[in-house]
Amino acid sequence: MTTAESHRLRADEVLDRARAENRAALIAYLPVGFPDLERSIEAARILIDHGADMIELGLPYSDPVMDGAVIQQAAASALEAGTRTRHVLQAVEALSGRGAAILVMSYWNPILAYGPDAFARDLAAAGGAGVITPDLIPDEGADWIAASERHGVDRVFLVAPSSPRDRLEHVVSHTRGFVYAASTMGVTGTRASVSAATEGLVERTRAAGAKNVCVGLGVSNGEQAAQVGAYSDGVIVGSAFVRALLENQDDDAAARTALAAVADDLRAGVERARA
Amino acid sequence: MSSPDHDRPLSERVVTDLTRPISELRSEAGPYFGDFGGRFLPEALVPALDELTEVYEKAIIDPEFTAELQHLAAEYTGRPSLLSEAPRFSQLAGGARILLKREDLNHTGSHKINNVLGQALLTKRMGKTRVIAETGAGQHGVATATAAALFGLDCTIYMGGEDTERQALNVARMRLLGAEVIAVEQGSRTLKDAINEAFRDWVANVETTHYLLGTVAGPHPFPAMVRDFHRIIGEEARAQTLERVGRLPDAVVACVGGGSNAMGIFHAFLDDTDPLVRLIGCEAGGDGVTTGRHSATITGGTAGVLHGARSFVMQDEDGQTVPSHSVSAGLDYPSVGPEHAWLADIGRAEYRAIDDGPAMEAFALLSMTEGIMPAIESAHALAGALVLGRELGEDAVILVSLSGRGDKDVDTASRWFGLVGDEPARADLTALRAAARATTDQAEESR
Repeated sequence: MTTAESHRLRADEVLDRARAENRAALIAYLPVGFPDLERSIEAARILIDHGADMIELGLPYSDPVMDGAVIQQAAASALEAGTRTRHVLQAVEALSGRGAAILVMSYWNPILAYGPDAFARDLAAAGGAGVITPDLIPDEGADWIAASERHGVDRVFLVAPSSPRDRLEHVVSHTRGFVYAASTMGVTGTRASVSAATEGLVERTRAAGAKNVCVGLGVSNGEQAAQVGAYSDGVIVGSAFVRALLENQDDDAAARTALAAVADDLRAGVERARA
Repeated sequence: MSSPDHDRPLSERVVTDLTRPISELRSEAGPYFGDFGGRFLPEALVPALDELTEVYEKAIIDPEFTAELQHLAAEYTGRPSLLSEAPRFSQLAGGARILLKREDLNHTGSHKINNVLGQALLTKRMGKTRVIAETGAGQHGVATATAAALFGLDCTIYMGGEDTERQALNVARMRLLGAEVIAVEQGSRTLKDAINEAFRDWVANVETTHYLLGTVAGPHPFPAMVRDFHRIIGEEARAQTLERVGRLPDAVVACVGGGSNAMGIFHAFLDDTDPLVRLIGCEAGGDGVTTGRHSATITGGTAGVLHGARSFVMQDEDGQTVPSHSVSAGLDYPSVGPEHAWLADIGRAEYRAIDDGPAMEAFALLSMTEGIMPAIESAHALAGALVLGRELGEDAVILVSLSGRGDKDVDTASRWFGLVGDEPARADLTALRAAARATTDQAEESR
């Protein structure tokens, strides 16, 4: 076992920790390699220091069908700058052991190309908790389920407002860590409001057997985090952070300040959600 | 699930896996074709795919649905399409007898209408009011816009920015038919990026919208369903060839991008293995497979997942899609339908790369020997037939899928042969004209 592996945190550990504090966890997404590898790692450190319980490191992919314009732009830029799969594992290692669980969010083909078993093994060795796979449904995931089981990494599948009861049960039964509930039928991106129907989806997912249900897509500020944090186990935020980086590409100090401000606002939101 | 062999290009693989009786080849219904196919896409779309599968499976055994589709084929598309002899062009193919399945004569000018009418009927059955589609050359977009007009559906077409430039005429056609055309500026600005945008639209609007996918790729049920709507090409062509020649052809040749016209014409012949009817798919070799600038996915790609299915994909070692290239917008796609991947894998079909140059020569040669201007996509199949004819000799009968007409390609061809614009000609039309003339004389003498 590597040093990184020995002190890695799994998703349910940080979710339990937040639960003990009577709040939802704050889960922050950032694409690795944007604006470059070092600065993406630094950005994630800032988010951990400002209250993120879990970091989702995005593996940039050439064909991100679940992502909106902001994350597409950052991922394309990261790929142009030469970001490779191994850089994502380096970022995991650099960020583990800082009190946050580190997950990777990746479309399936890069993991398939790396080899599902090798990816699970190397992720665990780097101190990573697990993987979120937005375009892999459990029905197609036999190799991944076996690999993640073998190496003890969380596998996070998604549910959506369109999911009927039998799909929810199917997804929940194959998920380890938490279920990712998409708040809306659509792609990533900030939205003016989070649909009121999301609470119903979280309830239905719990009724299907899920212990941990975290909500993503469209959450970008403390007010929304307070709303979603009232009924979910975790609040997932991506585009708001990426936008802070995109808008301050020429000014690192401003980017750090902007990231910290967005994180502080969100953290305050999840802390007051159930107060 | 995957054999390690899939990680190597086809040219380096040993193809021996005939694991099932060959007589079952025509009965594949998906979601899997050997190791290929499946449904690799967001959970949010699973209910829509389940609904589509269910509605489709009910429809194809519903006499009312099949009667409606047959009525449209006869009264709207103009089926059956002709089977034309190509005596002068045949002279250029070593004298082999070349028969052209004339999908170019269908309404809207290509085979695409067959699938579009089928899916438009399903859209109505599902109670949806809007269709979206991707298009490369514009043929599928035009066909979809046409069906949307016919059935009173809202229609949005996604087309890569680069493709809207090289196929400006088809963009205008779609808009004149009432469709909204969105130029996709992300990624490589071609067909694959248009498909990404269409999926994003679909996730957000799935309650009212059907994604009318235009090829035999994508998640189940699309590969099997789109193939089934195109099966009529092969069924007609097989019967027409038997009637005309008195026997089956030695080979069937079709171009392959995603592979819909090829699956449509191949399907009727899949179980014709004794004597063997060879099935030959012509992929777009672009500048040449060795240059990396091509779209010959089966010839030069490796197994992977793109756009919802496991198939062959042009990708780097990290699984990032490598941009494809072809003079033909309709073949410019870095993956291929999973059933083709399987047919290649078991050795039932052969796939060859045809580079831009030979394809453009065949475009000009068919125009000048037969007065039939093919789509540049179909010209890849014609170029393949020219080579195959010389291999097989003058007793051979070769059936070619002429999947579309070339009106949309006049601008591209004019530039290629230096008829317009300031760029130097890529090929000499005079030499091709001389070859065509010589063949004409030869053909006259032999009559």
